[in-house]
Amino acid sequence: MIHILKRIVRTGIVSEDAPSPLEALRTRAPEIQAEVLKLLGRALAIRQVDAGSCNGCELEIQAVNNPYYNLEGLGIKFVASPRHADMLLVTGPVAKHMEHALRIAWEATPAPKLVVAVGDCGCTGGIFGESYASCGKVANVIPVDVAVPGCPPTPIAILQAILTAVASRR
Amino acid sequence: MRIPGLNLQWTVLPGDAPVAIAAVGEWQWTEAARLAREGGGRLVSLWGADHRDLSEDEDEFSVYAAYAVQAGLAIVRLVVAEPALSYPDLSGLFPAAARMQRALFDLLGIGASGAADTRPWLRHGAWAEDAFPLRRDFDAAKLPPNALADYAFVRVEGDGVHEIPVGPIHAGIIEPGHFRFSIVGEKVLRLEARLGYVHKGIEKRFEDFTVAEGHRLAGRVSGDSTVAFAWAYAQAAESLLGVVPPPRARWIRALALERERVANHLGDLGALGNDAALAFALSQFMRLKEDWLRTSGEVFGHRLLMDLVVPGGVASGFDAAGAERMVAESKAIEVEVRDLRDIFDEHAGLQDRFLTTGRVTPELARKLGLTGLAGRASGQANDLRADFPAAPYAELAVRKAGYAAGDVAARVHLRFDEVLESLRLVRAIAMGAPDGELRVELPQPRAQAFGAGWVEGWRGEVLVALEAGEGGRIRRCHAHDPSWQNWPVIEHAVMGNIVPDFPLINKSFNLSYSGQDG
Ligand code: SF4
Repeated sequence: MIHILKRIVRTGIVSEDAPSPLEALRTRAPEIQAEVLKLLGRALAIRQVDAGSCNGCELEIQAVNNPYYNLEGLGIKFVASPRHADMLLVTGPVAKHMEHALRIAWEATPAPKLVVAVGDCGCTGGIFGESYASCGKVANVIPVDVAVPGCPPTPIAILQAILTAVASRR
Repeated sequence: MRIPGLNLQWTVLPGDAPVAIAAVGEWQWTEAARLAREGGGRLVSLWGADHRDLSEDEDEFSVYAAYAVQAGLAIVRLVVAEPALSYPDLSGLFPAAARMQRALFDLLGIGASGAADTRPWLRHGAWAEDAFPLRRDFDAAKLPPNALADYAFVRVEGDGVHEIPVGPIHAGIIEPGHFRFSIVGEKVLRLEARLGYVHKGIEKRFEDFTVAEGHRLAGRVSGDSTVAFAWAYAQAAESLLGVVPPPRARWIRALALERERVANHLGDLGALGNDAALAFALSQFMRLKEDWLRTSGEVFGHRLLMDLVVPGGVASGFDAAGAERMVAESKAIEVEVRDLRDIFDEHAGLQDRFLTTGRVTPELARKLGLTGLAGRASGQANDLRADFPAAPYAELAVRKAGYAAGDVAARVHLRFDEVLESLRLVRAIAMGAPDGELRVELPQPRAQAFGAGWVEGWRGEVLVALEAGEGGRIRRCHAHDPSWQNWPVIEHAVMGNIVPDFPLINKSFNLSYSGQDG
């Protein structure tokens, strides 16, 4: 235990040492929190749905949860069920075999039901396109509020897309 | 002679991967499998191709099986003709063949005669039972409505047995798949996975690309292994084009592969700590991983190193400042990883969750063909970087990690060992990479030229087999992820464990859904 505590003290709070692009975002932290509060009156709950991604986008969404980006500090958290979610963060071209599951998740999400499509695949079908096995972009299956390009988009871009979606529904 | 005891005409393919291919008849097909098995070989992959338009009577398909044997990778090709369209089942000798054979039927309509399990595997409801996407006359315009397809899960009967269905969407930022647990109380009697949810038609999609550009799609078969797949693809393309990548490019590829290995192991070690209720580990390792990805992003222009490896070489390199930065970073991270390893080792709660959990004995691992890092934690001492060291690995003398316990603890130890070894390799490569060109020009491929690439990714061995078509296009590309071998083994690893340990066991393997679904 003492070893763990020492390590925690030595590591310090890395969230404050983030590089400049993040600083720009961080100065907006109070605004972002206010934005989220105005819309929902509480923390923003996100359910991530991989509808057919190559898993590259998942890696960057996981990174958004690391201490540098301090997502929970902004009043945003990932939840396990669409029923608890305000927003769906959807990756991948929608694989035909995931079309049904994605629709069900969307139906289960209570209003305001924000949807952010992540990555070139989510935006356009990306490199996989539309085919016998792929429905292409997320908007071909459920309504999308914001789409963030990139293959995969960086954690900062993903964060900004989440915030843009929140702001757009104000 | 590639498979001792069998007299075949082997054609050794040019290129960095030690691969030879031979045509076999039906009897030799089974004999090759039997002799490979007897000689301690393993089945790496099994796939097929539609060659009707190239055959005299327009009725021939090819089925391929790739075995890792002492001399390297031995690929045998069996021609099967309409109307029978079948080949002898291999799952009796290599259990891992079962799902590959089911997938081969779903995509090409060629069945394994004598196979016990003929349920569809990759096909759910997106295409019809009698339509086969990888056939050249497949008509994507004639698709049935995308209906949900039932799946005949194996039922466990008995007093107090009940089922827990999980997925396809999972609670977490992970890929989709369905798990059906049959349990008594908390104990798992049986787990059966149904995958194929993220099948997006990658192998068909390859036909829309040229040989020179297919690496981009190969690098997205499983995003966490983008370097491994792109490198295997590049090897395959170079092999069929007869092109030799410049020395510096090979070193940069190895650097990228080791950076990918470190990034994935760091992330998984954090997640493993977290799954055993040590959230501290997640923040620490995710912080280290983020530092690591940022360096990759700043030195090579992409955090995950996508599209860095290209046929003929690499798309970008690093300068002296980049080398210094990577050396300094890998030294600093090594200190932190060693410290975190001590914390893991002395944490009684973690050890209690890790030890004896999700055990795969070396006997079972050998029988089922467990591969890659999970295999090495269960006594299967195979690592292509050490066993068949292509440049630059021959000069780097990779130290192979290995354990025999086969539990979560062994897989955790193995990852620590491999992170430390890869950090050493990153330094050695950054300092030792020769100067020179980054890539060479590519000639136009000859139609029907065949090449293969074989690379030890962080998860295990990745295989890419490539066949050129007319006008520089890809005729057929098969990209194999080691998750094919390891998914069925997880079903054994969880037996007798409690349900709450499943996430931990699953994470200790961390298999790819996209990589196996295609
Ligand atoms: S956008 Fe790129 S990283 Fe994301 S799922 Fe598509 S191919 Fe993978």
